[in-house]
Amino acid sequence: MKNNNVIEVENLTKKFGNFTAVNSITFEVKKGEIFGFLGANGAGKTTAMKMLIGISKPTSGKAQVAGFDVFTHPEDIKKNIGYMSQKFALYDDLTVKENITFFGGIYGLSRAKIKEKRNELVEELGLQDIVNELVGSLPLGWKQKISFSIALLHSPTIVFLDEPTGGVDPITRRQFWEMIYKAANNGTTVFVTTHYMDEAEYCDRVSIMVDGKIEALDTPKKLKEKYNADNMNDVFLKLARG
Amino acid sequence: MQHISKSFKKVTAVNDVSFEVKEGELFGLIGPDGAGKTTIFRILTTLLFADKGTATVAGFDVVDDYKEIRNNVGYMPGKFSLYQDLTVEENLDFFATIFGTTIEENYELIKDIYVQIEPFKKRRAGALSGGMKQKLALSCALIHKPKVLFLDEPTTGVDPVSRKEFWEMLKRLQQKGITILVSTPYMDEAELCDRIALIQHGKILQIDTPQEIIKHYPKKIYDVRADNMYRLIESLKSFEHHYSVYPFGEFVHYTDKRDDFNPQELQQYLATKNHQNIKIEITKTTIEDTFMELAK
Repeated sequence: MKNNNVIEVENLTKKFGNFTAVNSITFEVKKGEIFGFLGANGAGKTTAMKMLIGISKPTSGKAQVAGFDVFTHPEDIKKNIGYMSQKFALYDDLTVKENITFFGGIYGLSRAKIKEKRNELVEELGLQDIVNELVGSLPLGWKQKISFSIALLHSPTIVFLDEPTGGVDPITRRQFWEMIYKAANNGTTVFVTTHYMDEAEYCDRVSIMVDGKIEALDTPKKLKEKYNADNMNDVFLKLARG
Repeated sequence: MQHISKSFKKVTAVNDVSFEVKEGELFGLIGPDGAGKTTIFRILTTLLFADKGTATVAGFDVVDDYKEIRNNVGYMPGKFSLYQDLTVEENLDFFATIFGTTIEENYELIKDIYVQIEPFKKRRAGALSGGMKQKLALSCALIHKPKVLFLDEPTTGVDPVSRKEFWEMLKRLQQKGITILVSTPYMDEAELCDRIALIQHGKILQIDTPQEIIKHYPKKIYDVRADNMYRLIESLKSFEHHYSVYPFGEFVHYTDKRDDFNPQELQQYLATKNHQNIKIEITKTTIEDTFMELAK
């Protein structure tokens, strides 16, 4: 891929029968970038994301993620990305430690590596007191922070976060974003969807999808200038309301 | 609601909570997942017994007069709980019949909302989009013309445009004389309520009008920005006089331990840390700032 791009998408389209869920979108995401992928419910975000993580085959167009083609190498994509969503949590009836070990195994890390990563994670998140607790008994905020760390366990090139902070309390939401900043600072690319427009401001660049198309894509600052808006919420309202 | 408590096994979901809601008020329960909002709603709608305390809704006791309460309240749970394999129209008709009324009788009340989904009235509820499901659920909760409407996280996971439209609908319902209790994890929605209760870990942190709650925030908040936000947060947190440092959209909200704080001093400190394009300005307090301070 050219210019250090981790995602390159060209005219990517997905149709379900007569319905075009994703309509010829084109964009790229650079290494180490925090890329916000916004849009109204039903605009096609989830469908687009599914194609990018290799679990849904596009109808037409081109896309490469972490250097692999979504048509021909979806399995390689899955190995080289991290993924976390609001719904896909961890195993509630395994402990924090067991979850880390389990997912480390799934990603094919050696036992020694899992142990090393686990100790790192415990240290970094301050999990010492809860490492042997069942995940099901933890507050949502903790679960989401641990999920995020586990999505980074195999040091992926890029991590996809699908509404990671929905329903999370305001303090934890901010701690979560500090983790995102940190990951990006270490060179991990972050692709994130959110309905919190203050979080859109934290992104390096933001795209806004409307009815299957990318209607706007730029830095938050430039989008606000272009749409003559005070904040990203206003930008979003102006665009998505049409 | 007086001294209500409720535990599930080891977890105390609601811990000695008391509040009242006036007739015609739009009252918000504001707090994150797991704060106890749903448990409070389920106790008030007679779906769950409290361990301790008493509560009345529309003048009826939640234990002794549960049947009257059920006839007088509308409840929209957080999870979509209509019949997926009935059509839009069949669902609405079903709820009207259960409550001994008809769609025609109370059509005026739901018209505003229902017209938006009426073109799809032959579609099965399970095949509707998220926004349309929400409008149908609200229509069903209103079809018997309740005195009190309970809406449990109606806007969670909903995009900002649909959220704005939903709140406009709520305001119109309030004007029709319905008392509304709504819960939400979105702090920006708090400012749209007449009064709010901030809640976390089953405890109420504060109850008042949004304006009063903001007024009671003890500190001056400064918007700080610089080119590299991640480094800026790190630097602010290592400034010895910092009291709180929270990213807030394009700025960082900064408060200082001292009352005689001079922003010039912080500006100089950040300059020594090699930050570029530093800007520091006093800013308005929001409900979210207050919540974080109280939840600390």
